[in-house]
Amino acid sequence: MKEYWKKYLTLRRHNLQVAWKKAKRSKMCYAFLFPYALLFTLFYIAPVVASIFFSFTYYNILEPPSFIGLQNYISLILEDDIFLIGLKNTLMIAVITGPLGYIMSFLFAWLINELPRWVRSVAVVVFYAPSIAGNCYVIFSVFFRGDAYGYVNAFLMNLGIIDKPVLWFIDPKYMLPICMLVILWMSLGTGFLSFVAGLQGVDRSQFEAGYMDGIKNRWQELWYITLPNMKPMLMFGAVMSITQAFGVCDVTMALCGYPSTDYAARTIVTHLFDYGFTRFEMGYACAIATILFLIMILCNKAIQSLLRRVGT
Amino acid sequence: MSKKKKKQQNVEAVYHKKLIKRRKPNRSVWGDIFLYLFLLLVAVVMVFPIVYAVSSALKPLDELFKFPPRILAQNPTLDNFSDLFVTMGKSWVTFSRYLFNTVFITFVGTFGHLIVASMGAFVLAKYDFPGGAGFFKLVTVAMMFTGYVTQIPNYLILNALGWIDTYWAIIIPAFASPMGLFLMKQFMEGLPTSLIEAAKIDGANEWKVFAGIVMPNVKPAWMTLIIFSVQGLWNNKAATFIYSEAKKTLVYAMQQIQSGGIARTGQGAAVLVVLMVVPIAIFIFSESQILETMASSGLKD
Repeated sequence: MKEYWKKYLTLRRHNLQVAWKKAKRSKMCYAFLFPYALLFTLFYIAPVVASIFFSFTYYNILEPPSFIGLQNYISLILEDDIFLIGLKNTLMIAVITGPLGYIMSFLFAWLINELPRWVRSVAVVVFYAPSIAGNCYVIFSVFFRGDAYGYVNAFLMNLGIIDKPVLWFIDPKYMLPICMLVILWMSLGTGFLSFVAGLQGVDRSQFEAGYMDGIKNRWQELWYITLPNMKPMLMFGAVMSITQAFGVCDVTMALCGYPSTDYAARTIVTHLFDYGFTRFEMGYACAIATILFLIMILCNKAIQSLLRRVGT
Repeated sequence: MSKKKKKQQNVEAVYHKKLIKRRKPNRSVWGDIFLYLFLLLVAVVMVFPIVYAVSSALKPLDELFKFPPRILAQNPTLDNFSDLFVTMGKSWVTFSRYLFNTVFITFVGTFGHLIVASMGAFVLAKYDFPGGAGFFKLVTVAMMFTGYVTQIPNYLILNALGWIDTYWAIIIPAFASPMGLFLMKQFMEGLPTSLIEAAKIDGANEWKVFAGIVMPNVKPAWMTLIIFSVQGLWNNKAATFIYSEAKKTLVYAMQQIQSGGIARTGQGAAVLVVLMVVPIAIFIFSESQILETMASSGLKD
């Protein structure tokens, strides 16, 4: 055993020496990377570390932080009912809009792939535009207005499906489904672009070979040839979808109000804003941020290991 | 000349037809028709809210509240836009100041992001040095959580730096966006290494290789970084980090107008159009370059 450790240590030391020599020779590389690395550390790594640190403290900016252990997490899970509503809403939105948006992105990218060139470029703009259209989603508050002159209400009343106008954004029953609809409308984002570009790059000769091997229809072609070729893009798209699905807040805040009736449209992020920027309970807000961070990272890792099996 | 062109087009058309026929022996006609009808339907649904927003912005007052509504404006006018500028002109901080703030933040933030991220991406893509691969992995992890997670500690950090209530609070963090570095690095990996080596043999130093050879060859990736950065900065309300009214952005001011209620419906629609037109226009002009970049966006493990 001792022998083993000794060998291991000398190997380690040797590797370190090699790395150090290499590092000394590639000073230029570090010089190039330095500006980005500095800013990245300052605005991405340090905040995450700080967030984890402050989540164990009581901190209100005015007084220095005082260490309170796991108290923030305990209150969050056991005492804060509104957080649990937010958590439930976020998970619901993520579970429904995340996979649906992801599948939609891929499906439409795949369908428009076979269109002629100019139709395809128009189609990409049409599908991608909602996700970059600023806050265009507030137009949905016109469609779903709460009185009888709201277009959806008027339409449904004409058909006789409802007999009095529905308060879409005030009645907790309808808030989340409509928000999900709006989020789905905006879900063909960066992942969609990646899919469109990836499909263009699939090697044509593979399809020829597939036809020889007896692939019968477009669905087999999709599963055996297209999907395995698209794996890296599928991974990238998944990261984008998950990140977006857990970060929902703009849409619910703009449409249902902040705070919304009975907190029915509260998400983790709006809860974070509430404690961080309204009540200035930074320690508590950091605990919320840490939980959100952990959920996102774990979910991403899980989905990635799932996606590795595609097409095999 | 025109005849020749026509002929060429014909040849192209025939070639194209053949190509499609050859490529798809396994397609049923009904499947095609069904799928394309479905695609068309969804496309109409997707584009409808945007078309509606644009047409609302063009509607005169009497049409805005017409019921049942018309989708397209009957007598399109630009009144809403001119009203918007009149309202903005009456505000305490002038319209041009808000516009300057947004343009300044967007321009400087995007430019700096492009330079800083490209420099990092260049060495990560083309050189093997200790810590490089590990750092890149960290960057990909950073893409997995939203900016909201870091917003509160960011406030504390910016506060410690004394940047709260300055433009830098928005601009400098935008330099470090992980998405830009990721896309740039993936794209640069596609550049032939021999190009760089040849330049080095000719006696160019690293900076010259970067500025003179690598950067001009990754122009498609520039456009991609630019659109992602502009998209984020143009629509940045900046309300949490900036307090002074004189430093607030156009989006913020416009959303104040929008929340003016029913009397401002027309102007509100005009605001929507002003805000969405910039990112969409940039995207339309640079679509092919962006798609070229996204082709290398895959996450390999």
